[in-house]
Amino acid sequence: MADITLDQIIKPENLVYTKTKLMTDKVLSYCPGCGHGTAHRITMEVIEELGLEEQTIGIAPVGCSVLAYEFMNIDMQQAAHGRAPAVATGIKRVWPDKIVFSYQGDGDLAAIGTNETIHACNRGENIVIIFINNGIYGMTGGQMAPTTLIGMKSSTSPFGRDAQRMGNPLKITELVAQLPGTYFVTRQAVHTPANVRKTKRAIKKAFENQRDGKPGVSFVEIVSNCNSGWKMTPRDANTWMEENMFPFYPLGDIKVDGKLV
Amino acid sequence: MSELKLMKGNEALAEAAIRAGADAYFGYPITPQSEVIEYLMAEKPHERTGMVVLQAESEIAAINMVYGAAGAGKKVMTSSSSPGISLKQEGISYIAGAELPCLYANVVRGGPGLGTIQPSQADYFQSTKGGGHGDYRQIVLAPASVQEMADFVKDGFELAFKYRIPVLILSDGVIGQMMEKVELFDPIPRLTDAEIYEKYPWATTGKKSGTERRIITSLDLDSHKMEEHNHKLQAKYKEITEKEVRYELIDCDDAEYIIVAYGSSARIAQKAVRLARAKGIKVGLFRLITLFPFPSVKMHEMCGKGIKGFLAVEMSSGQMVEDVRLAVNGCSKVAHFGRYGGIVHTPEEVLEALEQKIIGG
Repeated sequence: MADITLDQIIKPENLVYTKTKLMTDKVLSYCPGCGHGTAHRITMEVIEELGLEEQTIGIAPVGCSVLAYEFMNIDMQQAAHGRAPAVATGIKRVWPDKIVFSYQGDGDLAAIGTNETIHACNRGENIVIIFINNGIYGMTGGQMAPTTLIGMKSSTSPFGRDAQRMGNPLKITELVAQLPGTYFVTRQAVHTPANVRKTKRAIKKAFENQRDGKPGVSFVEIVSNCNSGWKMTPRDANTWMEENMFPFYPLGDIKVDGKLV
Repeated sequence: MSELKLMKGNEALAEAAIRAGADAYFGYPITPQSEVIEYLMAEKPHERTGMVVLQAESEIAAINMVYGAAGAGKKVMTSSSSPGISLKQEGISYIAGAELPCLYANVVRGGPGLGTIQPSQADYFQSTKGGGHGDYRQIVLAPASVQEMADFVKDGFELAFKYRIPVLILSDGVIGQMMEKVELFDPIPRLTDAEIYEKYPWATTGKKSGTERRIITSLDLDSHKMEEHNHKLQAKYKEITEKEVRYELIDCDDAEYIIVAYGSSARIAQKAVRLARAKGIKVGLFRLITLFPFPSVKMHEMCGKGIKGFLAVEMSSGQMVEDVRLAVNGCSKVAHFGRYGGIVHTPEEVLEALEQKIIGG
């Protein structure tokens, strides 16, 4: 029997759901259940829908999403750990008409790169920052992150994070919202279809702000799970996230059109 | 138009950046090179040529801004002094790994640590042997005058783009701070967007439809591919070593002894050569212009022609002297002399060292 090809099975008239052409065919390196894949996909969908792919340059961080450039089918630069906002600043300053965004995790953005994050936001760089907060270092095997909750276990806080000895979780999103250089600051999630739709709208708004030259950084935090690092099933991780992460990191807009909500 | 001016080395470097058609300078102030960013801010290059000048929040941020802009095909530079250059090493390593072109200057001060703000040449190892992590090199140009502070900006950018490599202008507090006349080269226009798209197809400027996307990265988790990448880098360094060596020989034709020096030490050594010649000592000066690539072949060739000894003069406890020893490879005597920690040696001290360590030693 002749080999049956995918084209013979998948007829265009039957297609109800396809991936954006701005995602490559490379198999994602993320764990099953992880929110990164969804966050990548909706970011790329927004860029495609806004017709910005020919002028967009993305910055990948260090961490689980270090290989974002293998999955996002646009021009990309990979930055040193935490330096993505500086790299984005460098590109945007010399190519002010291009669209520049960074995609960063919590260790990258809120620990080693805090300085770059705060100052890019405070200068009001006209860039988009997408910040994935899962409260843990996933790539290196589940160590404590700047956003790890009090009492939360990780490989470097095996008995739970203790504020006295290990410090407090950092709400960097609330912090950057206070700076005059941020234009849009929001916190979203991608664990349910409704949240995915909301987050996509937020990401779209962020890119529209940059496209339209609105002054300042558009900053989208996505509170996400790390079922591997949290040592839970994906389903339990999402429930745990709703019960523990969301009370501390409440979802919703924090700053819209340059004004605190 | 080319212009004759009296300038500080740091100012000449800054003016040359504008004239060389640089697209951006990202920096952070530190003594003794703060005049670079001060001059650039005062000159309003955004009005003269459209050049961007930005004071970053740190040296780390500045070099990463350079990484981003260089990766997007622009002609960019930064500068600092020793402690700040240490902070930039992470970024330099990434720039070397990702094969991006950029220019940076180190106006060296005494160390280690916060050290002193006085001149030094103690960053030779850091500059020529890597500096950051990984197996990489960079082209190092050592100006010995304010004139060269300007000229090497133009040359440095050319080399950076020719080889897609970081190029370092290794200056020091003397050259950065002293005033001399300088003939400024004619301005070179900045490249247009269309020229950048055409000349630098590797640059991330937005993926055009029907073309392959561009990725700037220094990462490959497949170590076989990473070894291949390293082979490619090493081949590039070999080519640079074969083609880009620069030096100046002063009074070397009949010399029995050679002083090897670079930067401000070479200027001091030149005076020491005159003092020695006045005493009838046949000594010449081998002034290094490129520190990487090091002129090992020429130096070795000279020692085969009857040179009785080489004195390496540098404002460090003995760093460049190691490369002199490697080049001479035992065929002639090699000694080191230098004051350090911010002290600048005198021509008389150099002459005394020559007499004691080489001629009498």
